[in-house]
Amino acid sequence: MRVLTVKGVRIDDTFAEAFDMRATAVIITADSPRWARQAAIAMTGFATSVIGCGCEAGIDRELAAKQTPDRRPGARVLLFAVSTSELQKQLAARVAQCVLTSPGSACYAGIEGEETLRLGNALRYFGDGWQISKRFGAKHFWRIPVMDGEFVCEATTGLTRKAVGGGNLLIIGRTTETTRAAAEAAAAAIAKVPDAIAPFPGGIARAGSKVGSKYKGVPASTNDAYCPTLRGAVKTSLDADAGSVLEIVIDGLTSDAVARAMRAGVAAIVKLGPKRGAMRISAGNYGGKLGPHHYHLRDLLP
Amino acid sequence: MTFSLRRRPDQRLDLSPLVPHLLGGKTAAEIERVELQTTRARVSVAEVFRLRMGDPGSVRIEGGCERLDRIGRAMTGGEVVVEGDVGVQAGRLMTGGRLVLHGNAGPWAASGLKGGVVEIDGTAGDFLGGPLAGEMAGMRGGTVIVHGGAGDRAGDRMRRGTIIIEGRAGAYAGSRMIAGTMIVGRKAGALPGFLMKRGTIVLGEGCSVISPTFVDCGRHELVAMRLWAGFVDPLSKPAAALLRQPLRRLAGDMAVLGKGEIFIGNRN
Repeated sequence: MRVLTVKGVRIDDTFAEAFDMRATAVIITADSPRWARQAAIAMTGFATSVIGCGCEAGIDRELAAKQTPDRRPGARVLLFAVSTSELQKQLAARVAQCVLTSPGSACYAGIEGEETLRLGNALRYFGDGWQISKRFGAKHFWRIPVMDGEFVCEATTGLTRKAVGGGNLLIIGRTTETTRAAAEAAAAAIAKVPDAIAPFPGGIARAGSKVGSKYKGVPASTNDAYCPTLRGAVKTSLDADAGSVLEIVIDGLTSDAVARAMRAGVAAIVKLGPKRGAMRISAGNYGGKLGPHHYHLRDLLP
Repeated sequence: MTFSLRRRPDQRLDLSPLVPHLLGGKTAAEIERVELQTTRARVSVAEVFRLRMGDPGSVRIEGGCERLDRIGRAMTGGEVVVEGDVGVQAGRLMTGGRLVLHGNAGPWAASGLKGGVVEIDGTAGDFLGGPLAGEMAGMRGGTVIVHGGAGDRAGDRMRRGTIIIEGRAGAYAGSRMIAGTMIVGRKAGALPGFLMKRGTIVLGEGCSVISPTFVDCGRHELVAMRLWAGFVDPLSKPAAALLRQPLRRLAGDMAVLGKGEIFIGNRN
């Protein structure tokens, strides 16, 4: 494989392979940034991978009071799933259990779309007949009485079929510390990109996977080619100086958002340099046969 | 397109033909021949108005009179502006567009409104947004803003939409409401929300008599009101300011379904 070098960081001439997904977005508000963030964190918990969690979710960005419908601090959350029905199920369950229950919260559509998912329309029955429907112009809301007042929730939110999931960067360093520093820099840069999330803890995954397993019924298993402790035992993808690998997986509302996020991540890693950060960047793919979206690292260089 | 009133008409006139979607594509001669009478004596546009042709999507009627009935009836889009008073049923059954009345409106203004905006600078008569006799529902959508006061039974049988009355409202405001929202900036007359099933009424200065079939639910600062204030603010600053206050909530009318609510402001 041809290798490019930018400011001492080796960048594989390969590509990340990503897939079409369904996605939606909601805006969560509360009386303070702390409680808006708390509800958003709860809603996006256990949502790192569609393989085991049903959906992938993350906080796109925090919103100032002037940016939200009810002029309170908020956060925009993105949810991704492989089917509309699963996305609807995850959205309703997560808003019901994590946002409706959070003190002072309200929940609004975070994306416009020709297709919609039920938001308040799915939760209104919690009001047990005391829920109140309100329409303001083209907007429709539900007011559901709860113990600290009312939970206000927009009736529907938008759905996009143009979302892309599975953009990724493999960050390879000499030590766990320097590799993590590079990954943290990349995750911080990606967090600033609108319409894209990195759903793993802190935006970073240390347990990258390959498709399949030696065991029956296990759909994915450890990516042994990138495990430094197996370097001598398997067909490795690592160089002799590699001591640690971390991955950043990126989902975006559009293919362009994924590309922008990956570009921001690469730039942040390169900026940190090989001494303090990673010495090599690669990306995961399946030979280009499974996913329709290919993000070549050579096109994303700073 | 401008219609200037030549003189006070001898009879009540039906101005429902003077709306953008009916004027579009007509020549000046065709428009001047349109009949407006409500009696057996024929009256054409040319006899009552001086016509200046222009964009039919923007109709201006100069010189108002309480005998000019049904202005903006069933409008679907565009704008009609009246410089003066109008008669009954202004904006009735509108589905879109904007009707602006720089004067007072008679009874049944915005009756059965389905969409669009009706803005009245002066006062509105009785049954603002209400149904005619025999109709099951009043307003079914759209927005009405009255910068002055309104007569009795504003929002009668309202089903959807928003009515903002910046001044006082008469008796039985929001009577028989099915749903929808109504804000009265100042004091309402007796028995607001009489027999309302659902819907929301906000009274800035309370009312002269509240029905005993409304029950006190306490004073609250609700997120829904903040949200609502954001939508109302471009239409009426005083109404938006009222919604941002803590409001006392009364639930009712318990004589019927009891899922409606009256909010009362601090100035009560």
